[in-house]
Amino acid sequence: MTIPATAKEPVLGGNAGMSSEYLEVRDLRVSFDGFKAVDGVDLTLMQGDLRFLIGPNGAGKTTLVDAITGLVPATGSVTKSGVELIGKKVHRIARLGVGRTFQTASVFEELTVLQNLDIAAGAGRSALTLLRRRKTVLPAIEEALDVTGLGKLRDTPAGILAHGQKQWLEIGMLLVQNCSVLLLDEPVAGMSHEERDETGNLLRRIGGERTVVVVEHDMDFMRAFATSVTVLHAGTVLSEGTVEQVQADPRVQEVYLGTAAAGAAPELQPEVSKEDSDARA
Amino acid sequence: MSILTSGRYRAWAGFALAALLLFVVAPAVLSDFRLSLLGKFLCFAIVAVGIGLAWGRGGMLTLGQGVFFGLGAYMMAMHLKIADAELRGDTVPDFMQIAGIRELPGYWVPFTSPIVTILGILLIPALVAFVLGLGVFKRRVKGAYFAILSQALAAAFAILLVGQQSTGGSNGLNRFRTFFGFNLNDPANKQMLFFIAAGVLLAVVAVTRQLMNSRYGELLVAVRDQEERVRFLGYDPANIKLVAYVTAAFFAGVAGALFVPIVGIISPADVGIVPSIAFLIGVAIGGRSTLLGPVLGAIGVAWAQSAFSESFPSGWIYAQGLLFIVVVGFFPAGVAGLFALLKRKKKASSEQPAPPGPEDETEATERMEMAR
Repeated sequence: MTIPATAKEPVLGGNAGMSSEYLEVRDLRVSFDGFKAVDGVDLTLMQGDLRFLIGPNGAGKTTLVDAITGLVPATGSVTKSGVELIGKKVHRIARLGVGRTFQTASVFEELTVLQNLDIAAGAGRSALTLLRRRKTVLPAIEEALDVTGLGKLRDTPAGILAHGQKQWLEIGMLLVQNCSVLLLDEPVAGMSHEERDETGNLLRRIGGERTVVVVEHDMDFMRAFATSVTVLHAGTVLSEGTVEQVQADPRVQEVYLGTAAAGAAPELQPEVSKEDSDARA
Repeated sequence: MSILTSGRYRAWAGFALAALLLFVVAPAVLSDFRLSLLGKFLCFAIVAVGIGLAWGRGGMLTLGQGVFFGLGAYMMAMHLKIADAELRGDTVPDFMQIAGIRELPGYWVPFTSPIVTILGILLIPALVAFVLGLGVFKRRVKGAYFAILSQALAAAFAILLVGQQSTGGSNGLNRFRTFFGFNLNDPANKQMLFFIAAGVLLAVVAVTRQLMNSRYGELLVAVRDQEERVRFLGYDPANIKLVAYVTAAFFAGVAGALFVPIVGIISPADVGIVPSIAFLIGVAIGGRSTLLGPVLGAIGVAWAQSAFSESFPSGWIYAQGLLFIVVVGFFPAGVAGLFALLKRKKKASSEQPAPPGPEDETEATERMEMAR
């Protein structure tokens, strides 16, 4: 893993001290026709923390992200640096600096990489700016092209990018959107090993100055890159802490082994491998 | 060569060529009757440009442009009828006298003034589209539901007009003698009307070109393809769609107002469901997501209609329906898409820069095609 020495690294509990931006979730509940998909979740996410959200299928991970971003109605409270998000419209929440990606990469396929990024950067543009042609490339977009490694593909239609590149483009779009909270829903699903590692490094690079939440099923990926982990189960927080703490938690082992025994996702090996924790450090 | 191929100069050259064709060649080679007919087609083309923006780029299947076309047309027709009556010294237009209406109905009165009429034509269709669009897009009505809604509106509008004696019922308004003081029987004035329509068409194309090439145009395509994603980037897609929808309605209203003096009649049959769909056919055939496809498609289809119905009066309607089905089913990018495909094949085989095409938008078409 190569991280520039100058860059801030994401650490457990955030790295920005008291000046930190934060996202605070209190007693969040979402129910669909009586089914409680999210049932009283409390979360505190500080700037500079790379938080992984894991849990068995149906634990409410994606629904939690949907609730925070305003896609599904929820009760309780979600505040971003003191501003309440619950009840606000999707695009208002996005303007407050909460961005997300989706399980299936959803980029604008007929537009080029550059056009995709330019749109992502432009939510605050005036009508007059919108009615003019795009003449120059914003510095933030150049930076995002650089960070995501898509610089050479800037004039390529997003529709013909490889799967991994589409996900990176999505992350790049969040960067130029100037989000301070990034909620990524399974960003490495369907990626090759190399792409996973590159994505992980990318997340660590951008996670230093932002709050990044990654919903993930891939446990190797989680062990390699997470600074903190929240385990959801049946709509509630089952466990929270560092990767080691969470993996040592008997309740987590039970949930995962239980589902494994039932024939569902057996991804999490309950025993902590020494190499993995070394690799993280 | 590089000057010729660069987009801006090609656009200027394209506009100059179009102006030459419309202002010099057409009046020289066409009879007064044919020129007037072409003027009518230009009105359809103005509507088509708006549909291309709203449907081709914005994904809104506007099946009810007849409403806005009709609003513009009826306002213009009402003013012309009042002006004719005033010239004769009557208080009400001729058809009202026959129907026994002695006094000008209240909603006709504002259109006595030419200024109010022109303002009404420019503002009312756009305003109606704004209010309608606001309700529809904010509630996230889209796709087929939007199409059905707009079509129902066109039907309702036509039915309403048929029942109104004060707008001539199903006969509509016709037999206009003057146009803002100009005698409509004078061929010179008819030619002037053609020039106005041609000028408006060029202006409408220029405005739409700017919209399509601007950041807004990129955003509109983004909304068409991934409306929810745009929302998560901090935009309200309803506002973005609203701009295209209102623009299309504005164009349709202006086209309707020009249609009236050029064709000499406006009736519910010109604004209902059938004409609303007919507007769409030219756009689909020409290539809905391009700038010039809708223009050429609308003129081509309207021309074919009048040419074929002169020799096969009943056959054309079937041919038109078949053409529409074939294009929508098999060539969603229309004729412009076929051209782009051929051009790209040629380019790929010869590896030489293609000659500057007649269409400025071919690049955009190509991009669209590539993604398909």
